[in-house]
Amino acid sequence: MPPVVQLQDIHRIYANGEVQVHAVRGISLDIHKGEFIAIMGASGSGKSTLMNTLGCLDRPTGGRYLLDGVDVSNLGRNERANIRNQKLGFVFQGFNLLARTSALENVELPMLYAPRRISSQEMRERAMHALEIVGLARRHDHLPNQLSGGQQQRVAIARALVNRPQILLADEPTGNLDSKTSVEVMGVFQKLNDEGITIVMVTHELDIAHYCKRNLIVRDGVIVRDELVKDRLIAGEELLKLHQAEAAAKLTAASP
Amino acid sequence: MRLVATTVIALRALRRNKMRSVLTALGMIIGVGAVIALVSIGNGAKLQVEASVASLGQNVISVYPGSVSTSGARGGWGSASTLTPDDALAIQREIAGVVAVSPETRDRAQVLANGLNWNTTVFGESPDFTSIRAWDLSEGAMFTEADVRSAAKIAVIGQTIADQVFPGSAPVGQTLRIRNIPFKVVGVLRSKGFNYFGTDQDDAVIVPYTSAMRRIARRTTVNTLLIQALAPEQMFRIQQETTDLLQQRRAGRDPDFTVRNQLELAQVATANARNMTALLGAIASVSLIVGGIGIMNIMLVSVTERTREIGIRLAIGAHDHDIRLQFLLEAMVLSLMGGALGILLGVGASQLVAQLNGWPTLVSMPAVIGAFLFSGAVGILFGFYPAHKAAQLDPIEALRFE
Repeated sequence: MPPVVQLQDIHRIYANGEVQVHAVRGISLDIHKGEFIAIMGASGSGKSTLMNTLGCLDRPTGGRYLLDGVDVSNLGRNERANIRNQKLGFVFQGFNLLARTSALENVELPMLYAPRRISSQEMRERAMHALEIVGLARRHDHLPNQLSGGQQQRVAIARALVNRPQILLADEPTGNLDSKTSVEVMGVFQKLNDEGITIVMVTHELDIAHYCKRNLIVRDGVIVRDELVKDRLIAGEELLKLHQAEAAAKLTAASP
Repeated sequence: MRLVATTVIALRALRRNKMRSVLTALGMIIGVGAVIALVSIGNGAKLQVEASVASLGQNVISVYPGSVSTSGARGGWGSASTLTPDDALAIQREIAGVVAVSPETRDRAQVLANGLNWNTTVFGESPDFTSIRAWDLSEGAMFTEADVRSAAKIAVIGQTIADQVFPGSAPVGQTLRIRNIPFKVVGVLRSKGFNYFGTDQDDAVIVPYTSAMRRIARRTTVNTLLIQALAPEQMFRIQQETTDLLQQRRAGRDPDFTVRNQLELAQVATANARNMTALLGAIASVSLIVGGIGIMNIMLVSVTERTREIGIRLAIGAHDHDIRLQFLLEAMVLSLMGGALGILLGVGASQLVAQLNGWPTLVSMPAVIGAFLFSGAVGILFGFYPAHKAAQLDPIEALRFE
């Protein structure tokens, strides 16, 4: 089976007036179906540019990007919008839900921009199904400010899933969450990955990267390390440990 | 274009920001309301002017005496006084389409009854007077042709005379002394109030023109000939034929009369009122444009404020034209909603003005439709720039926007 993503010698140069910034200097990468990749790197390493390229938000200045076997490196603005809508799902660090809009309507949003018109009944059913996957179906009518950070990120994941994308792209998905909620969100990603969804995420937290299957480290616009995770963490087990630790702490606090 | 979906998106966006939506629409509400209210007031004023002109009589042509020169001094209009009741009879006899004629005399006179006296104008008229001036009687009856032939000493009085000389009693049947000659009051004219020129039309006593000429003023000529045409279309022809006939009767002399057509006066008066309505409408239109600029302002602020939202939409697959259409639809819905509420406000305001000030108002349908369409056009016009600005945003930049 051909890889879902093939990057061939990708370059990205930002021309800021006189100064040229060479953010990505020749990255080649294959991503196969069912992979779960963490891209790591310091700020300025080029990992965000790589992510924007993968997400078809940005166009490489050199090299080829084949998504699902189709060259998308030279598509126009609206064609890339269609690719983002149909083949990619985005999860952001700041959740980026529409304020004063119910969880359900937030999840329906990508379907409103689908190239083919979707009936409002089908939109509702698919949005409810996506919310069920992330365990928030009962809170479908809640507004973002009535949900916790972890719940908001799960709504964002449901939104990313609703058009059945080829890849789920997550940019620092746990960056705004506390450690326990981060583990919960990683649990959602692991569950989705177990069901066969390909996930690529950017993170700078090493322990979060350990929940993934493959880690890439980017420095100065090139991949300097590409390795499989050996002692992979499983979110379910980690949460159990956290609960036990909490219970123990309570017992200690309760005893005189 | 995903019109249905984008409409849903735009309506959801407006619903999310109710307060901002209402404030934005407010400019439009006031603008459309002002146009409709002011045009209604202007139209009401025009109606009042038309009614006032109509109270001068229907389809009336008047013949006024011209001027004569005495030893080089030119006398001005009315100095000729050569119009006679015979002229009136000739006009009625010879010109087709003339339904009524009245040779009118006007004399100031002191009238007296029950020890009360009053200085008023005594009009000598034919019985056709009530038809020519479209003026009914509230009590009694008009004098007849027979009264004219016998120069009877009977009179019909205006409401002002009834109030001033016969306070608290029924005037019909009582005696009114005009220049000390006793006249029997046979009728009271319905009150007409002040006319367009500010004259109290009810301050009048009407007697047969023969009585006025022989008994009160001892004169052989009349002040004016009032002619009523069957229909407005015939007025210019009758005006011309009257001129020809009177000229023929004055064989060889210079014309010493002028024939005026009531339509001319009516046209000037209604044209003035129409100009006033147009002026009011123009002033109010300025507020519509100001309202449109208000919408553009809020939409521009809104584009900046919602940069991140636009970024999200672009990231998950919105095209440029989806964003443009969304903001355009938002602006249009706001301005049309404002237009609809403005119609209610305008109609309400003109009713209120009518109630409080007693001014007549007339809500004009073209003004309502025009203001509504204009508000929609303003929405598109002033919504386009912010919408275009929003559509041009770069998704990466927009998502990074704090």
